[in-house]
Amino acid sequence: MSGVAREGATIGFTFDGTRYLARPGETLAAALLANGVRLVGRSFKYHRPRGILTAGVEEPNALVTVGRGGRTEPNTRATDLFVYEGLEARSQNRWPGLAFDLGAVFGLASKALPAGFYYKTFFGHARTWLKYEAVIRRAAGLGPAPTEADPDHFSQRALFADVAVIGGGRAGLLAAREALRAGKRVVLIEQDAVLGGGLLRDPREIDGQGSAGWIATVEAELRSGGARILTRTTATGHWDDNMLCLAQKLVEPGQVPGHGFAQRMWHLRAGEVVYATGLIERPIPFANNDRPGVMLSRAVRTYIRRFGVVPGRRVVVATTNDDAYETARALRDAGAEVVAVLDTRPAPAGADSGFAVLNDSVPQAAKGGRRGVKGLSAVIAGAEQHFAADLIAVSGGFSPAVHLHSQAGGALDWDEGARAYKAGAARQAARTVGSAGDPPASGAFRPVGNAKASFLDFQNDVTLADIDLAWREGYRSVEHVKRYTTLGMATDQGKTSNLPALEALAHAGGMTVPEAGITTFRPPYTPVTMGAMAGAAQGEHAVPTRRPALYAVHAAKDPIWLNAGYWKRPRAYPRGSETLAQAGLREARSVRQLVGLTDVSTLAKFEVNGPDAARFLERICATTVAKLAIGRGRYTIMLREDGLVFDDGTVWRLGENRYLLTSSTSGASRMATHISYVRNHLMPEAKVSVICVQEHYAAIAVAGPKSVAVMEQLTGEAPPRHMSASQPTIAGVPVHLLAASFSGERAFEVHFDARHAAAVWQAIDDAVAAAGGCAYGLEAMELLRIEKGHLVIGPDIDGRLSADDLGMGRMLNPAGGYIGHSTLHRPAFAEPGRKQLVGLESVNGDSIPEGAMLVPHLGARAEGHVTGAVRRVLGPGHIALAHLADGRARHGQEIYARSLTRGHTTRVRVVAPHFYDPAGERYRD
Amino acid sequence: MLTIACPHCGPRAQAEFVYERTVDSVVPLDAEPAEAVAALFTRANPRGEDDEIWRHTHGCGGWLVMRRHRVTHAISAIRAIGPETLP
Repeated sequence: MSGVAREGATIGFTFDGTRYLARPGETLAAALLANGVRLVGRSFKYHRPRGILTAGVEEPNALVTVGRGGRTEPNTRATDLFVYEGLEARSQNRWPGLAFDLGAVFGLASKALPAGFYYKTFFGHARTWLKYEAVIRRAAGLGPAPTEADPDHFSQRALFADVAVIGGGRAGLLAAREALRAGKRVVLIEQDAVLGGGLLRDPREIDGQGSAGWIATVEAELRSGGARILTRTTATGHWDDNMLCLAQKLVEPGQVPGHGFAQRMWHLRAGEVVYATGLIERPIPFANNDRPGVMLSRAVRTYIRRFGVVPGRRVVVATTNDDAYETARALRDAGAEVVAVLDTRPAPAGADSGFAVLNDSVPQAAKGGRRGVKGLSAVIAGAEQHFAADLIAVSGGFSPAVHLHSQAGGALDWDEGARAYKAGAARQAARTVGSAGDPPASGAFRPVGNAKASFLDFQNDVTLADIDLAWREGYRSVEHVKRYTTLGMATDQGKTSNLPALEALAHAGGMTVPEAGITTFRPPYTPVTMGAMAGAAQGEHAVPTRRPALYAVHAAKDPIWLNAGYWKRPRAYPRGSETLAQAGLREARSVRQLVGLTDVSTLAKFEVNGPDAARFLERICATTVAKLAIGRGRYTIMLREDGLVFDDGTVWRLGENRYLLTSSTSGASRMATHISYVRNHLMPEAKVSVICVQEHYAAIAVAGPKSVAVMEQLTGEAPPRHMSASQPTIAGVPVHLLAASFSGERAFEVHFDARHAAAVWQAIDDAVAAAGGCAYGLEAMELLRIEKGHLVIGPDIDGRLSADDLGMGRMLNPAGGYIGHSTLHRPAFAEPGRKQLVGLESVNGDSIPEGAMLVPHLGARAEGHVTGAVRRVLGPGHIALAHLADGRARHGQEIYARSLTRGHTTRVRVVAPHFYDPAGERYRD
Repeated sequence: MLTIACPHCGPRAQAEFVYERTVDSVVPLDAEPAEAVAALFTRANPRGEDDEIWRHTHGCGGWLVMRRHRVTHAISAIRAIGPETLP
């Protein structure tokens, strides 16, 4: 046990392996200070020793990693973490240790890492960056992310309120009470563990009660009146129409939840939002103002009055405002010595405070190193003076926490007296109350310390000199300066640094602060853990699972599954010890030689009915439809409005005014939206009904030379010839029997009411098995369709090729009128060099890598790529489909399929994209 | 996240809706080639109000046209489209 023995300190925790005790309700920062720990971390870029600057969520310095294993949480603010028994906290960005850190040489070499270092390096030769990269990656950074999965559960809930009050200080409590008394549904949100806000730091009598009593009274009234009070909850974002995201910690970071959830994300929709968000104190830029022992004035007061921890014994207070005098009083009351109050303002500021006040004083440099400050020099009315001290309490003024107001579209008004932005006109139903709307006055001053050691953004190590450099290099927009210097881009989002930086920028440019502009406030207000954003949508629940009607039938066969989009589809049904490749080949050969059945229920299917059905379909489909005789079907393609092919399928005329349209599984929802858009927006007057029956119809494909015999046996009638349809029954179930083929063999699709899926499958499966065949999955389907030269949406039809590129130009409806026709005239469609669909044959019998680029010789630029590659089903050799520039004119050429990612290059011959039965002989009975 | 008043279902969260396109990017059936290209590739994209087509995809599935301000997101008008809205 280390540290300082204190009464009531009973909670054991460790910091960098050393065990300490904390009192209940203490933050880690308070407990560390109480135990005499001042050095808490090393800075991001220069590895400078850092301590505790604040007492709240705005903390830029004191970032620690907490927890272990998958619960590890890096970059946790020690000031925003309440100590629990067993808390394990570790300092960050140091090696080998916090006190002795080799990376601190970066601090000595800080000239080598000025603003814009990365950009400048990138402009040089690539080798220059490679040289630096390894070193920088090791040296720069915050805590490493955990590599294990988070074992905790996270909840998400919706919430509705008439009034949402953000901030549980005095103003927030009053606003919540007033709304409740007016009969409103109230939610009060407080990021601290307890209500009270500034009253915890500055207790005072309200309504004849002490602070603690008054807070308890109001809280009791709110709770009994039905208001919802969410503590340890941060309003992280304010979105349109008063929607707020609330991140609630149900346990502290790294803590093991006893049961239930670790955190909860609320989605709150509020009638009115009240910001009682208070103020954020600003540091003062001077040399070494980032040393342990330099602390914001109100933080000093908070540690003394709320936590009973006095962070220093000999204190210099440096201020631009009256508020810091209250800190001086708190220090004096706690027995610390206030060496001097350095006030940037001229006399008589502070004259009646009773302290040794030095007016016109601007801090110049802190003395002391990693163990903490030893003193402060200041320029006082032009003369330099030094003060010995172990704590420097600074107050550079106060900025209202306008983040949510600004996120919600509210205007920001510059307050010259406070030298800060405050909430202007709100765009949404929202208002600001309390100190956030009325920041205290602050004096203006010019920093006098060495600019290179005067830190603005402590977390990203951005100094005054960096802002000056950015200005000298020509950066004028504050948004550009921000990105060039990385100011305000760390996990604290510049809560303490933005306004001091704007002051510096304004000075560099000879402007007022409002003229310098302001960067955008973006959510989240404080970091939100990924788990809270994901909620229950993790692992297998990250996306929906769609199970086709025949899922249970497949599952009983224990197939190898493939996640095809959201669908669970069988990839192969291995027998014995078969591998995927072996099972797929056996199933494909069964189709080529005998017969097989497969589940194609996931195909998009649309029933199109009505007098205008054909007219409607001739808009959707780029082929003719109206010429189809009843009982006939055809292959069809659909174009986007820009003329490129985006889907394909088949269309069947089942009756006089009744059609069935099928299209790809992967494009199903896109096609449903497209059809609905055309029907509702472009053709509302059409007398047509279009119903998506994708899941209402199960569909089974039966393919192979014996499929005709199988269907005849099952239906008791002669099955339809290729591209015709009939309506027999199978196992007593009425079906649409569509003679169409994807495999290249004589084949049928059986579409029927999905409620009877299992019975129909069973009947067909039995008949197929009796004929010597078997079920086949997507792996076999891929072997069969690539060999036949049939295309799939995605790899082959990828939204970049026209019908002509795909060799389907002659299929287009010569009468036009289809969607996409109007743009086919564009000159680019006729230019040479377009990618075209081709086949590839392996020259030496080698496999062809999928996705490989196609090059005429090694080292040449890619002229195309392989979209799908397989081995031949029956014969030897490997084949592929590909997109190749001017491919149709290059049949017979030998080129290379080169995959650098797979480390595989092979010689291929360009051929027509039909490797099997190009004349369609096998479709004839 | 906006609250969008579906003409059929009433006010619902934006997450239930899917944006389709602006009205000025609708390519009419049988558009002249130049007209189609203009609709697809040269849109007004005003900094202000525009008419947009949305669908209540995760609700009733109905289509609607809303007039929305591109800066403030304020929705000033919503109407249903489709066969049932024809006179």
